[in-house]
Amino acid sequence: MTEELIVHGLDWTIKDGFVYPNEFIYWSIQIVMYPYMTGLVAGAFVLSSLYHVFGQKDLQGIARFSLVFSLALLPTAMMPLLLHLQQPFRGLNVMFTPHFTSAIAAFGIVFSTYAMIVLSEIWFVYRKYFVDQSIALKGQGGIASALRRALYLTLTLGATGTDEAALAIDKKGVKLLAAIGIPVACFLHGYAGFIFGSVKANALWMSPLMPVIFIMSAVVSGIALCMLTYIIIMEYKKLQATLARGRGDETVKELGGVEMDVIMKTSRYLIGFLVAAISLELLDLIFRGYTAMKSWDILRDVMFHEDFVKIFILQFGCGNALPFFLLMLPRPTIRRMVVALALVLFGVFMMRWNVVIGGQAFSLSFEGFMHYKLPLIPHNLETYKEGLFGALTVITTPFVIFWGINKIIPSLQKV
Amino acid sequence: MNASRRRFLQTAIAGGMAATVPLSALRLLTPDEARASIGSDEVRWAFLVDIQKCVGCGFCVKACKTENEVPYDVPVSRTWVERYVVTKDGKSHIDTPMGGRDGFTSGKVQEEEIPPEEITKAFFVPKLCNQCVNPACVQVCPVGATYQTKDGVVLVDRTWCIGCGYCIMACPYGVRFFHPVTKTAEKCTFCYHRISQGLKSACVQACPFGARQIGNLKDHDDPVTKTIMTQRVGILKDEYGTKPQVYYIGLDERVR
Repeated sequence: MTEELIVHGLDWTIKDGFVYPNEFIYWSIQIVMYPYMTGLVAGAFVLSSLYHVFGQKDLQGIARFSLVFSLALLPTAMMPLLLHLQQPFRGLNVMFTPHFTSAIAAFGIVFSTYAMIVLSEIWFVYRKYFVDQSIALKGQGGIASALRRALYLTLTLGATGTDEAALAIDKKGVKLLAAIGIPVACFLHGYAGFIFGSVKANALWMSPLMPVIFIMSAVVSGIALCMLTYIIIMEYKKLQATLARGRGDETVKELGGVEMDVIMKTSRYLIGFLVAAISLELLDLIFRGYTAMKSWDILRDVMFHEDFVKIFILQFGCGNALPFFLLMLPRPTIRRMVVALALVLFGVFMMRWNVVIGGQAFSLSFEGFMHYKLPLIPHNLETYKEGLFGALTVITTPFVIFWGINKIIPSLQKV
Repeated sequence: MNASRRRFLQTAIAGGMAATVPLSALRLLTPDEARASIGSDEVRWAFLVDIQKCVGCGFCVKACKTENEVPYDVPVSRTWVERYVVTKDGKSHIDTPMGGRDGFTSGKVQEEEIPPEEITKAFFVPKLCNQCVNPACVQVCPVGATYQTKDGVVLVDRTWCIGCGYCIMACPYGVRFFHPVTKTAEKCTFCYHRISQGLKSACVQACPFGARQIGNLKDHDDPVTKTIMTQRVGILKDEYGTKPQVYYIGLDERVR
């Protein structure tokens, strides 16, 4: 019986000062992961749309990849929510009886709309490939190729025309969907910001800037993750080419040249969004200090004492300022880029952490603090789900999914 | 296949109509409609706490836990009592060990010994759900599992709550928590199962000093209503616009 008596939050909350008896860190690591993953999805999609809609030719190399990667990330935006729910099997209730005064009631709807847009766009992008594959695999022996052919035939959905007119329709479809997708992606993520920004009981969260801050940092993290994954894959290809043909081979040089070119062009967009994100966050901070409402005393304590290292050193310092300089320095190298991108991703993660956990770092009584102790080694289901290993599960899943999707739709080949 | 547009439309319309018949047997109730069936328009429950009468014995917390099957030895509780000790240096020392369940038998506040000559004033403040007129918790529930009855009490449907915790985050008073057994959002209901049967809330009945009272604001002869209408009473955290319905006599500005 005692096993069942788990007070949610008791395992990882340390109270300090006067805290109401029912207050715990109820929203833990998975709620940090949720906006982080949603942000990556939205960011990856926006990156691909910059090419498809606005014709930013310099992004051509990364556009397809980031679109498919966005699909791989999609299911994992849902995962942290399910891992967080106390009644995960009732998760679908939100689709049955959505209560629309709640900021999370429409999440399922927005999310599925977005999923459909991404899926349809990928279909339009790869339809010709599906048709070509189904023709190429025709007549090849073996069950495996027969199955593959059946799969590609199914994926064409019966639209097998590859003449000029048909391809023009495909292109139009992609452009239209990418154009609709941008506001939906921003909405999806701005919405995640609204979930926090609208909680009037929470002095740190309540801010109309929250949705905009979330969108900007989402795009930053999405672009950074796409660039980083792209580099890793290109380096792997380079390594393969080097092993097969030797270091001085033309292919290796060519791959290196393409990689650097794509990365340099994409990094300009990254810097732009990074500046916007930092400015908004600083504006929020300055405004709170200047207006100094009732909650400022405790917020100041949290920001400048309890969480100083997490906010100013890790988030703003290591996660924003440092990578900004690394990206701006002349004579860029891939190695420096990797460091900068990893730092950017870390910075956005810390921002999510400081919002979600930081927002619960002080009591509603304004007379005490709560410290979050992330469960490392799980000793029951709850400490797995809402602990380090739960978060790692969420982080690794998109790469596994991407690997699977890439078997069917190769997003890294040159068109 | 011999498919024409006409044929397709015909089949689609026929199919659509055929599906409508069984679907019309079902009806989706909005939370508003669902709540209309509970409670009475003649009643608006409100609570009155007389801080000057409370001695911090903790009987209310004990009674509440027993009555409402909230496990006795866990730190969460539907109601609790806070102790405030104000010292000459202007500081408030506040605590609520186990929600005040076992009374305040130690002179130490949060492990800190306070010399009696340093104390300027000290008092106890019972806390419970404020059954707000404009409840933030009801607003944010994504599935409508928490709702307000016609007589003003906010309840939780344990069979429908998904356990997201948004209501817990939204409550400015920190009265909500996850029930350790049902794993759903839990809160004070003014003992709705008792008051709707003509009984008093468990904590009201258990209070030996009459510090806790419950009444109907729509009945002008109700003693609680009379007190609220004629005396100077305070409420907690009105800045959130939730319009709380737990009134306090003798509320101090230091109460959080």
